[in-house]
Amino acid sequence: MITLTHYLVLSALLFGLGLYAVLTRRNAVAMLMGIELMLNAANINLVAFNKYAAPGAIQGQIFALIVITLAACEAAVGLALILAAYRRFETTYVDDLTLMKW
Amino acid sequence: MGVTPWYLEALRAVVGTIIIFSGVAVVAAMLGVLLERKISGWIQSRIGPTHVGPRGLLQTVADTIKLLQKEYIVPQNADAVIFASAVVIVPLAALLDYVVVPVGTTRWGPLIFRDLNIGVLYFAATSSLIVVGILMAGWGSNNKYALLGGLRSAAQMVSYEIPIGLVLITISLLAGSLSTVTIVNMQTHLWFIVSQPVSFLIFLTAATAEVNRAPFDLVEAESELVAGYFSEYTGMRFALFQLGEYGEMFAMAALAVTLFLGGWHGPGLPSVVWFLIKLYALIFVFMWVRWTYPRFRIDQLLGFSWKVLIPVALLNLVVTAYFVTVVHR
Amino acid sequence: MTGEAIAFYVLAAITLASGIVVVTSPNLVHSAVALIPALLGVTGVYILLNAEFLAGIQVLIYAGGITVLILFVIMLTEGGTGLRVRQRNEQGPIAAAVAAAVAALFVALAGGRRGRGRFRRTRRARSGRVFSARTCCCSRGRRSCCS
Repeated sequence: MITLTHYLVLSALLFGLGLYAVLTRRNAVAMLMGIELMLNAANINLVAFNKYAAPGAIQGQIFALIVITLAACEAAVGLALILAAYRRFETTYVDDLTLMKW
Repeated sequence: MGVTPWYLEALRAVVGTIIIFSGVAVVAAMLGVLLERKISGWIQSRIGPTHVGPRGLLQTVADTIKLLQKEYIVPQNADAVIFASAVVIVPLAALLDYVVVPVGTTRWGPLIFRDLNIGVLYFAATSSLIVVGILMAGWGSNNKYALLGGLRSAAQMVSYEIPIGLVLITISLLAGSLSTVTIVNMQTHLWFIVSQPVSFLIFLTAATAEVNRAPFDLVEAESELVAGYFSEYTGMRFALFQLGEYGEMFAMAALAVTLFLGGWHGPGLPSVVWFLIKLYALIFVFMWVRWTYPRFRIDQLLGFSWKVLIPVALLNLVVTAYFVTVVHR
Repeated sequence: MTGEAIAFYVLAAITLASGIVVVTSPNLVHSAVALIPALLGVTGVYILLNAEFLAGIQVLIYAGGITVLILFVIMLTEGGTGLRVRQRNEQGPIAAAVAAAVAALFVALAGGRRGRGRFRRTRRARSGRVFSARTCCCSRGRRSCCS
């Protein structure tokens, strides 16, 4: 029998994996992949609560839809920034982007 | 609650997969390649292949046997995992499209593998998975021409998915549902091609570009980039890519029949026969266009999508929405 | 073992295994390509949760759009295979500890074994009865709560 807890544990583990990627990887694109995993984990949470705690409503799915849209826009803008930074600094490794550090 | 047990559903999925794969392999790949060669021959004032079989009808069988006995070559520094996975993803995504295509109707219900309530959205989603396979094929070949071909092809397919999506939204708005069977049933009195001719033209143009066919085939024309993203694939892998491409073309034509030409409706003949007649009529149009127009350049191609097709599709969507919500209330 | 349970465990295994490949692979293109089964596993989870429209949108946008964008940027920058340059920075063990702690916090909030009871208690409280932990524990027969 699959209960709400199963989905919440799955999304917690996925979130942990995404967080590890963001904290550890040096390449900016790999960090972005970790962010996408975290957003998906949050979406699983939203939709799972929609089914188990409020079965007749659809607000959880609408919220998840908005999160997907925002994730797409944020990925597009983030990747455009990475490309622009690559053209200027010849690197995509976030350790080397230290122009604004004092 | 009357839900069928999971092992029966799994069995149905396996049987359905076999039927769809064999159906598409025969109808799309074999007959499609043969039709291509025959029709191109007639347009160019010559007859096509005539040696193999009666009037050349078994030509594709001969081609397949030839391809099966070719050697598998993997380039030296190629990424073997990505090189091999790309071969699976492209035909798989093309075959997955056929799950929501209704080919006819019987007295027990429509002949469709699964009438999903998100049918049209599912179709758009699975045809967008092909782009990933193409990028992987271009990268995995370790060949700069293949990489360039893969990037250009992916850019083209992604750009032309947007007008297709907008046309799908327009038709779903008219029919009131995303399910393909509902859309066909809404066309019993009037086909949508009559009430939405602009959508039909946009869909045909965007579908031609989506499957990398002429006049949008810069990325795989022999005189341009050798064979584009699949130049390094030999033997049966090449055949699988061709299966994916022709399967996708037939799937787009089948969707156009479902959305615009009334699906399986027609007097007299059985519904499956009508569907096949309309399908092959559209395939003839696709092939006719291929041998009539010259090729677009890549920047003209992308400019055409973003600057012409998308504004026209958006305008069409707004006008249709106005008519559906305001005028018909 | 109902079909739903088998489907859930298979999808969870696919998602987490691909997620591990995404976050630990030194080859950047392998990471990006492994994102696809992870997102398709999440699609399967949405279908299990009766959110079919969201599943279609997820494949269309995430697997067919964002993954393509990520692969484009990887191929256009020198990230490439990432095999010549170190891909992990020096805060590996601390990051693993922090990520594990956050995941453990979320699992604990999900309630572990008492998660099912927690929801029932909340609904009973809304129906107007005065809620007291001792009453509830005693009524469930646990001797540890009743002093």
